[in-house]
Amino acid sequence: MITIKFFASLKAIAEKEDEQIEIQNSISMDQLTDIISKSSPKMTDLLRNKKVMISVNQEMADSDTVIHDGDEVAFLPPFSGGSFN
Amino acid sequence: MSTTTDSKIRIQLENFSVTDEIEAMKKVSRNIGGITTFLGTGRELSKGQNIAQLNFEHYPKMAEKKLEEIRQQAIKDHGIIDMSIIHRIGPIEIGENIVLIVAVGEHRKETFTACEWAIAELKRVTPIWKRETTTNGEVWVQDTP
Repeated sequence: MITIKFFASLKAIAEKEDEQIEIQNSISMDQLTDIISKSSPKMTDLLRNKKVMISVNQEMADSDTVIHDGDEVAFLPPFSGGSFN
Repeated sequence: MSTTTDSKIRIQLENFSVTDEIEAMKKVSRNIGGITTFLGTGRELSKGQNIAQLNFEHYPKMAEKKLEEIRQQAIKDHGIIDMSIIHRIGPIEIGENIVLIVAVGEHRKETFTACEWAIAELKRVTPIWKRETTTNGEVWVQDTP
């Protein structure tokens, strides 16, 4: 089981804040993208166009990151903390 | 979320006192000869729109972790003695404090560069998001691609 979290603008797009997904041992980022595209279809374009960042266990992930059972995966829109530019 | 000045990295709902935070950092070392602060506050006008309120959301644990990494790197790379970073979340009114960075060092030069680097890095790598409420509704701000 992995935990998926959506933040900020992505909550409305995914229409959820988090979800649990059963996986066998481990999955690739491509496999994760396919799973999320099915469970949250409105996320598909953002994922394909790489307009969201993905973290695994609070560390930024890349296309080679492998997701293991028990991991926490988060979908992160571009950050906007701090004050104005 | 602690509101004491003990921790040098804090993400909190409550407002903070700039004076208290500076005084807390002055106690870090008797070798401090320069202190630079950056205070970000809620501005009324953004991209031609009047803003009624701001609201900040963060990714707990990851945001604190990134701020601590920024603090450690600022100390290592800029040669300052120490740094504190405080960021508020939740609703913020116009004119209220949003973020404070306090860099303390032996000399002023390294504290200026460390402070400027830290706020830019915070905006680049820290999972914190800003939502603006304007007369046209609410919008999530995406400063960086």
